[in-house]
Amino acid sequence: MINTASLTTTPRVTITGAVKKFGDTVVLNGVDLQVRSGEVCVLIGPSGAGKSTLLRCINGLERLTAGTVDIDGARLEYREKNLNHMREHVGMVFQSFNLFPHLTALENITMAQTRVSKRSKADARERGMSLLDRVGLASKADSYPSALSGGQQQRVAIARALAMTPKLMLFDEPTSALDPELVGEVLQVMRELADEGMTMVVVTHEMRFARQVADRVVLLADGGIAEEGPPEKLLDNPQSERARSFLSQIRSDD
Amino acid sequence: MEFWNALITSWPTLVKGLTVTLSLTALTLIFSVVLGAIIVALKMSKVRVLAAFATAYLAVVRGVPLIALLFVIYFGIVSIVKVDAFAAAVIGLSVHSSAYVAEIFRSGINSVPNGQIEASRSLGMSRIATMSKVVAPQALRVVVPALVNQAIISLKDSAVASFITVDELFMSAQRLSAATFQPLTYYAIVSLYYLAIVGVMTYLSGRVERYFEKRG
Repeated sequence: MINTASLTTTPRVTITGAVKKFGDTVVLNGVDLQVRSGEVCVLIGPSGAGKSTLLRCINGLERLTAGTVDIDGARLEYREKNLNHMREHVGMVFQSFNLFPHLTALENITMAQTRVSKRSKADARERGMSLLDRVGLASKADSYPSALSGGQQQRVAIARALAMTPKLMLFDEPTSALDPELVGEVLQVMRELADEGMTMVVVTHEMRFARQVADRVVLLADGGIAEEGPPEKLLDNPQSERARSFLSQIRSDD
Repeated sequence: MEFWNALITSWPTLVKGLTVTLSLTALTLIFSVVLGAIIVALKMSKVRVLAAFATAYLAVVRGVPLIALLFVIYFGIVSIVKVDAFAAAVIGLSVHSSAYVAEIFRSGINSVPNGQIEASRSLGMSRIATMSKVVAPQALRVVVPALVNQAIISLKDSAVASFITVDELFMSAQRLSAATFQPLTYYAIVSLYYLAIVGVMTYLSGRVERYFEKRG
């Protein structure tokens, strides 16, 4: 029998002493975080706490001022070749989707496959269609992003990231730009992904999603981790004052 | 009546000049696009010396009147190697236009939201692939209409080549006017020629813009 316990404790991402400054502003102030393989880690916290910055430091879209990031034991370096190689296996989904507007839904998904993963056009198309089917948009393969709803665009964006066969998926507030009635379809796709064992780091304000899907919730505040733990513990019985005040604030917003 | 006569009889002479003007404009457009692309690449380069060179180039070219640039190039080159006036005019017009083309390219590139670049890079696409597959196609909708406009400007600017003895459209009109002592007639006629070509180019630019609008 395979020892699944040891598999799931392999660190996929290890962040050590992450410091990020923009000019004089300190956004991250020495964050340590490990994400295990297969884990769904949800980052919450007040705006300006550094959630998105931390996420963007994982795939090098932001450069750390100090500290290190390791992905599967490989140190993140900022040389072009290293970055491209690492990013090939780390998918990212953005708040504003960022689909390529001059390409159809299917072309959005096939471009990097043929350019980066060197798959043949036919293979890329086949994989693209199966991913579109998986996010429920096979019928929209030839539509341009401008003809899709926000929720559909975000599902295509998820398929685009998945096309690279990532071992880690980063989600930067994937539902924040969506109309309320479109949030569910995107969360559903993410939920299925989590069920299949994808390692995910998710910045979100969707507390229901955090509660249902996360293995661990990390509350960032003032550039550091205020509290972390399993969702039911952190969300229902927070230990720190910072977590209590943040959670009571978002509850009163509901 | 006299005007119509002049319009018809001047046709063979002016058409000859017109072909020179059109080839001057076409060559200027081609070379200034190449030069402009090089300049914008240097300008955006992370190597400081190259970026500084591009900045200086833009400052000089934009700061000097076209006619001065043309004279400096014409007499400067002629003192070293023998080139004909036409070649000097192509060089001068291209260098002049390249500064504006570089700015057109730069504003086109800047018109593409940063999120597009981040999305492409996060897929593992290299900087060059991102530029050619994501940024450039989207920049085109800004760049192409502006380039057509720049071509119109180059067409009219090419009249300055007559100062260095290039036998283009304006020079042909000058000759006719000097021979007949009817400057008003022939400068009016040559203006109609320019107007007609610019009209065609404006129409094309409208077509191009509509094409991009349709592609959304």
